[in-house]
Amino acid sequence: MDALFLNQLFNGASLASLYLLAALGLALSFGLMRVINMAHGEMLMLGGYLAWMTLLVVPGALGIILAIPVAFIGAAAMGGIIQTALIRRLSARPLDTLLATWGVSLILQQGARDLFGAIGVEVRAPEWLTGSFMAFGVTFPSARLFIILIAALVLGGLALLLLKTRIGLLVRAVNQDRMMASATGIDVSRVDFTVFCLGSGVAGLAGVMLALLGPVTPNVGQSYIIPAFLVVVMGGLGSIVGTTASAIILGLFAALAQIFVDVSVAQMLLLVFVILFIQVRPQGVVAVKTRQLDA
Amino acid sequence: MPDLSVLTARFDPLKPFLPWLLLALGLAAPFALSAYDLNLLARFMAMGILALGLVLIWGHGGILSLGQGVFFGLGGYAIAIHMKLADLPQGEIPDFMVWSGRTSLPLWWQPFASPVFTLAAILIIPTLVGALFSGAVFHRRVGGTYFALITQALALAFSTLIISRQDVTGGFNGLTDFYSVFGFGLAGPGTGSGLYWLTLAVLCVAFIGLRWLLASRFGMLLRASRDGENRVRFLGYSPTPFKVVAFAIAAMLAGIGGALFTLHAGVVSPALIGVVPSIEMVVWVAIGGRYSLAGAIVGALLVNLARDAVSSAFPELWLYLMGALFIFVVTLLPRGLAGLAKGKAA
Repeated sequence: MDALFLNQLFNGASLASLYLLAALGLALSFGLMRVINMAHGEMLMLGGYLAWMTLLVVPGALGIILAIPVAFIGAAAMGGIIQTALIRRLSARPLDTLLATWGVSLILQQGARDLFGAIGVEVRAPEWLTGSFMAFGVTFPSARLFIILIAALVLGGLALLLLKTRIGLLVRAVNQDRMMASATGIDVSRVDFTVFCLGSGVAGLAGVMLALLGPVTPNVGQSYIIPAFLVVVMGGLGSIVGTTASAIILGLFAALAQIFVDVSVAQMLLLVFVILFIQVRPQGVVAVKTRQLDA
Repeated sequence: MPDLSVLTARFDPLKPFLPWLLLALGLAAPFALSAYDLNLLARFMAMGILALGLVLIWGHGGILSLGQGVFFGLGGYAIAIHMKLADLPQGEIPDFMVWSGRTSLPLWWQPFASPVFTLAAILIIPTLVGALFSGAVFHRRVGGTYFALITQALALAFSTLIISRQDVTGGFNGLTDFYSVFGFGLAGPGTGSGLYWLTLAVLCVAFIGLRWLLASRFGMLLRASRDGENRVRFLGYSPTPFKVVAFAIAAMLAGIGGALFTLHAGVVSPALIGVVPSIEMVVWVAIGGRYSLAGAIVGALLVNLARDAVSSAFPELWLYLMGALFIFVVTLLPRGLAGLAKGKAA
């Protein structure tokens, strides 16, 4: 176990946390509605800009704590608008949803470019996040530790919500069998809406984490969203456990591959890995058991 | 439902002559247009060849590819590498390689010095990559949204790889400054018109070939797998080979289009083949009409004309416009312009 390996292992964990935060919303909505929101990456971007604006108003340590709920609510609201105005109207056509939400993504990116400039804005992280500490001969930046912590908290919170609350029960019911859930009187479209807002909010929160790592630019979401799509492909339909596992696998894979090859080759290897994985388990890491033929 | 259009259609004496009229106009274009406009038209027609492939896989196969730029790029880079080598004095290497500190030609560049190898590469490499890639995904019955996302990841990986290998690919700037192809000077008299007619001919052959293919049993099975893949299985067919062959044909057309485009544009670069350009290719076809071959050509021409007009004056406006076009066409006009022309837009 040399220092480089440990270092990349830690980077992989923090990369996996970001992939997970970006992919959770995608995976939840995909499980329910079978649609992917291509503008999901712009929820990350929105979260980043909201964090920057919050810190303009409330500078200092409190600002970044306050930015988390602000970004969550802001991105959730934007997600709600996209879902109601566009995705709901296209519900039976998953590929068309992909294209229409890509249009939204272009407009949001260009909007951010016009509003905030193409270069991007810098979020100044508070003192306690800019430091780092040493252990086993490896430096651990505090910001990355904070990201892992937040991802774990979000995951725990989401698990509690899905397993212990009434809304979670409804979500699981619709996820298992949409028609049957609807027949028992569950307001399916309200469940869709709630989950979509929740997932967008989590992405907004991930945007705050990105803002701690580097400048927020109009296309900051793009570099994380395509790996997040791969996480969804590999995770299995609508399973949080599967999404988490595949985020960890892909995050670690991407970081560890960089010990041997550069970033661009690592990206190609990541894709090859996912395609090879599909050969073994086309249904994803975790598959919800179903008797449906066309899942 | 029986086809009632025959009852509502107006009698149109021009209709049987329309394709010939268009062909005559197309053939005569070099005599009517300026060299600049002709070059633009030829570029857009090369893109139309790629668009035809999207009709095959997306419209009739239900396979959405957000990575056609990759195959476009494979064709484009193949011809570009050949032209780079053809222009070089004996024993030298291209200037960008010298700037990146290379002293010798990479091994995989060398066969492209042969025109025959290059022509074969333009046809075979995209086809083979398309077949292997789609085969690997489809044979495990992964498709639909998953496939679209994987193709997008492919477009990202391919364009980043090209950008990062600056010493052998020209990096972000791509390959440019070509002077001759297969012995013809690119600036020479008649070369522009010749290349234009070549593009027109390829476009016509691709159009007629696909028309025949879509009307054949193959086309019927492709549409059947789009509408009910499992039903096709129950009927005793495996849909996978049909989808793989369709995808490979579309990849081949994209490669040919890419090579012709590179000849007309005089440049191939990652900015033309990455994630965003790849998805723009889908919008050409979405606007023209995803089920219609003629619609796809019209879509590719119109969108690129509009792009050329708008983005030279207001570059930032174009992105808003394209975003809005995506949303508008997909929600309100899923059959595109071709649907409007047939009077059944819904």
